[in-house]
Amino acid sequence: MDEQRRPHILVTGAAGALAQQVIDRLRETCDLVAVDFRDQVYLGDDIPSYCIDFNKRSFEDLFRRYKFDGVIHLGRIMSSQLTRMRRYNANVLGTQKLLDLSHKYGIKRIVVLSTFHVYGAVAYNPALIDEEAPLKSAGLSADLIDSVELENLANIYLWRYPDLNISILRPCNIVGPGVRNSISTLLGMERAPVLAGFSPIMQFIHIDDMADAIVLAYNKPKRGVFNVAPEDWVAYQHALKLCGCKPIPIPSIPPVLPKMILGTLKLRSFPSYLMAFFKYPVVIDGRAFAREFEFTPRRPLKEIFRFYRENKKPV
Amino acid sequence: MGLASFLKSRLIPAELDSHVDRIRKPIGTLGYDPWGYNNEVMKYGLGLTRQLYEKYFRVEATGVEKIPAEGPVLIVANHSGQLPMDGLLIGYALATREENPRIPRAMIERFFPTVPYLGNLLNECGAVLGDPTNCAKMLANGEAVIVFPEGIRGSGKLYKDRYQLKRFGNGFMHLAMKYKAPIVPVGVVGCEETIPAIANIKPLANLLGVPYAPVALPVVLPAKVHLNFGDPMMFDDLEIPEEQVTERVEQVKAAISELIDTGLSERKRLF
Repeated sequence: MDEQRRPHILVTGAAGALAQQVIDRLRETCDLVAVDFRDQVYLGDDIPSYCIDFNKRSFEDLFRRYKFDGVIHLGRIMSSQLTRMRRYNANVLGTQKLLDLSHKYGIKRIVVLSTFHVYGAVAYNPALIDEEAPLKSAGLSADLIDSVELENLANIYLWRYPDLNISILRPCNIVGPGVRNSISTLLGMERAPVLAGFSPIMQFIHIDDMADAIVLAYNKPKRGVFNVAPEDWVAYQHALKLCGCKPIPIPSIPPVLPKMILGTLKLRSFPSYLMAFFKYPVVIDGRAFAREFEFTPRRPLKEIFRFYRENKKPV
Repeated sequence: MGLASFLKSRLIPAELDSHVDRIRKPIGTLGYDPWGYNNEVMKYGLGLTRQLYEKYFRVEATGVEKIPAEGPVLIVANHSGQLPMDGLLIGYALATREENPRIPRAMIERFFPTVPYLGNLLNECGAVLGDPTNCAKMLANGEAVIVFPEGIRGSGKLYKDRYQLKRFGNGFMHLAMKYKAPIVPVGVVGCEETIPAIANIKPLANLLGVPYAPVALPVVLPAKVHLNFGDPMMFDDLEIPEEQVTERVEQVKAAISELIDTGLSERKRLF
């Protein structure tokens, strides 16, 4: 057919800051369609945007109409949003529907955004966790189970349908302007809770760098699971300090005590099921991704933290 | 900040400060490495350990220059004395040696990361959870790793068993072979006498979730410590049956045993 046909790409999670960054990077060269579970967002006249439930039949019409070549699946309801059941439906069953349709309509490239949370924060975690490490998160908290299930599902499709060329990205904490996840909220606060005596090593990636990583990954059809993290590390409490954030220590022993306190407070940014991530480090090894896709993050930690320090009071 | 800089000036002499800075250990932009090591905290650690090393235990270290100047190396020693004082002293000897000082990395008990404050502090001073993956990645990174293959069997033993080597695990030998890391054996003499224990109350240890609960005086005695570093031992990375790996481990164990005997014969008195 037409030799000059621009690639057609479906981008999910369009209401999120990350997806919008990815869309900005691809709109010059690709025909994009944006969908989101939560809101319909206006992204300019050239990009059709839909608010749609992947589990509804009308979702298939998009595949019929736009004849996609690739899918960038960033739409994930975060662990701080909605109920466990609705998250499961959206993240796991919705993804399954998406992958089934992708297979049916001959999609050639899929990038799925996962999270480093799947590894689980355990006292016995070694540092620089490889992609082959077991996913311990499911055993720890039912609230994170949809992340692990989503991965399992994507993995099954990855091996069963090699033509889909699925890449699963497991980034460390994504932060920066517009990011609404719990760690970004914490860094942006005047005072943030910490578990007394625990300051685990963390990794942060700037949203712009993450968007670059997703575009790089999309453009090179290399199947597999990849950690995405810069080679730089900082302790949680040190990061808070650099963000101009005063720590509020929560008693940490015996372990039931902080669980009880957080369970009662029900803080959105510091929920009890993420407690272990503020206690034990989950340091991932992003070198395989960096090598394979020639990825070098460009925003240093200091720049990331400066943004939070200077934007304490959002307008 | 006044207090912090006062403490720094008292604890970290200028020469120690520049000495640590001279060791160019690869770290991130904020001074951390993936295992939680932090250059600034390390300086405090060394500043405090200096008092213990020079004044309290009056350590005599022989042969510390035998540890290679760079590249992966496993420093394997006998473990004793309830608290991991031996690791601290070996580490200090390596970090402060005049020529080619190196940042030591000690593999620590799995129970430490669960202890508030202490777990983080140990990490910041270079100690790392004793997990084979950690050790492997650190050797791949070219670090100097201190290992006690006896583990808690060694550190938790009673005074009546002093200077008897317990069973060595084989893990360190596999890693040394795989990463072509030389093994430097070390005989530690004196730490056995720092906290002599006469019994171990196992039910209490289980209750507290600690590896052992010794019956001992609640003080660390100022025993004089001798560290004897042996010549580096190299082992090839051929595929060999576990039996032969155990034989190689026994060679290292014998070398350590010899170094302990040397230390014991050199020692003139306990304190």
